[in-house]
Amino acid sequence: MHPGIDRGNAVVSLRSVKKAFGSLQVLKGIDLDVWKGENIVILGRSGSGKSVLIKIIAGLLKPDQGTVNVLGKEIDRLDPHELRELRTRIGFSFQSSALYDGMNVRDNLEFPLVRNKRHLSRKEIDQAIAKVLDDVGLSQTIRQMPSELSGGQKKRIGIARTLILQPEIMLYDEPTAGLDPVTSGDINDLINEVQQRYNTSAVIITHDLTCAKTTGDRVVMLSEGCFLRQGSFGDVFDSDDPRIKNFYTYNFISDS
Amino acid sequence: MKDLILRIYDIYQFMLRFFREAFIPPYEYKEVLNQFYEVGIRSLAIITLTGFITGLVFTKQSRSSLAEFGATSWLPSLMAIAIIRALAPLVTALIIAGKVGSNIGAELGSMKVTEQIEAMEVSSTNPFKFLVVSRILATTCIVPVLASYMGFVAMMGAYLNVYRNEQTSFTSFFQQAFMKISFFDIWTLVFKSLVYGFTIGMAGSFNGYNASQGTVGVGRAANTSVVVSMFLIFVEEMIIVQVQNSFRF
Repeated sequence: MHPGIDRGNAVVSLRSVKKAFGSLQVLKGIDLDVWKGENIVILGRSGSGKSVLIKIIAGLLKPDQGTVNVLGKEIDRLDPHELRELRTRIGFSFQSSALYDGMNVRDNLEFPLVRNKRHLSRKEIDQAIAKVLDDVGLSQTIRQMPSELSGGQKKRIGIARTLILQPEIMLYDEPTAGLDPVTSGDINDLINEVQQRYNTSAVIITHDLTCAKTTGDRVVMLSEGCFLRQGSFGDVFDSDDPRIKNFYTYNFISDS
Repeated sequence: MKDLILRIYDIYQFMLRFFREAFIPPYEYKEVLNQFYEVGIRSLAIITLTGFITGLVFTKQSRSSLAEFGATSWLPSLMAIAIIRALAPLVTALIIAGKVGSNIGAELGSMKVTEQIEAMEVSSTNPFKFLVVSRILATTCIVPVLASYMGFVAMMGAYLNVYRNEQTSFTSFFQQAFMKISFFDIWTLVFKSLVYGFTIGMAGSFNGYNASQGTVGVGRAANTSVVVSMFLIFVEEMIIVQVQNSFRF
């Protein structure tokens, strides 16, 4: 458990959140608090509603019912301008990295900075870019195009692009998906470094048990739109629930 | 039928949003200029080539019919009317629909399916303003410029054919050509091209911005952008010519 966690100070708070797409009920009444400084991992199978949940927290999707409070603001009551302001305090690392294909690494990192911190000088922008690239260990890629980067490098640059605005909350959508075990380990280490160096709270969506064990201060198991169990990694999997046992077993088999 | 009505409603909403966002600051000047370059400068070569060939070939084809009546001296006027009133705006719009419209559909479509548009949104940038408004403004403003340019190049192609056969001087050719062209014709060329440019930008952006279903959706967005904008351009041409003629006579 990270020592900087401030229990009692929730940076994300969800109450009775429901979301459906047509007749498919994806989230069936989610309650969740993410404490300041905490890395919380939401584990679940594909289609369990993890990505929908993280997109609701980022304000990319609206819940059908319930309230979503992020950094003290009820996200579905904000106007577009207020939402954009709030988003400067939230970093979102996409499963696909979502780097802008037409821009090189430098321009990808500069993009959010010049739009949200218009007062910065050219020198300050260059310094900020150099710092985040150094933090993710990819200073040498500054002139490269996204198509020239490996999967792991893309993930790191995607994370650097969110860190450049110095967010208070990081949202990671499947940060290790599609990566080999060694690169996945590097990304897990980076997530922990970000928590310590930038003093962020994080919601990490994954189905990778190693990622959950390495990065999570708390783990929540999501299945069919409901939370089954939460606690430390050991607590969650010390369960007789067949859904949790199956998840652990199949994950173990597919990893070995 | 219900899907079609919903689709039309979505297009209407998309268009309203364009007009709302286009006039509210902050403005994405840099991206608009970038798109002016992409749509304008990068299309110059193909517009020059097709414009010149259109003028040359159309004159060559018309010559034999006019020669039967000994009326080849009417060629400059005939070509000016055909090029300024119809060919230049129409051919330019069709070329830009194929070249730029498909590009906008594919580019925005691939950005949509690879979550780049959502990435812009979460980094506090308005993706609609950055991607859509800039592209529609660029096609709307640049197509009239390209159509005027194509009109000039096509007239040069026509002149080349006339000069080869009748040794008409440059001054004499253009004097005869513009005798039958009024300010109203030039104004209509610009107005038509504005409408076509807006249509191309709207069709490409709407289909790309709302793409789904992975790479299949990207291909579909590019294809639909071209087909829809070409179809609409012909419908608009028909309507504008009707209205234009009712003013003329």
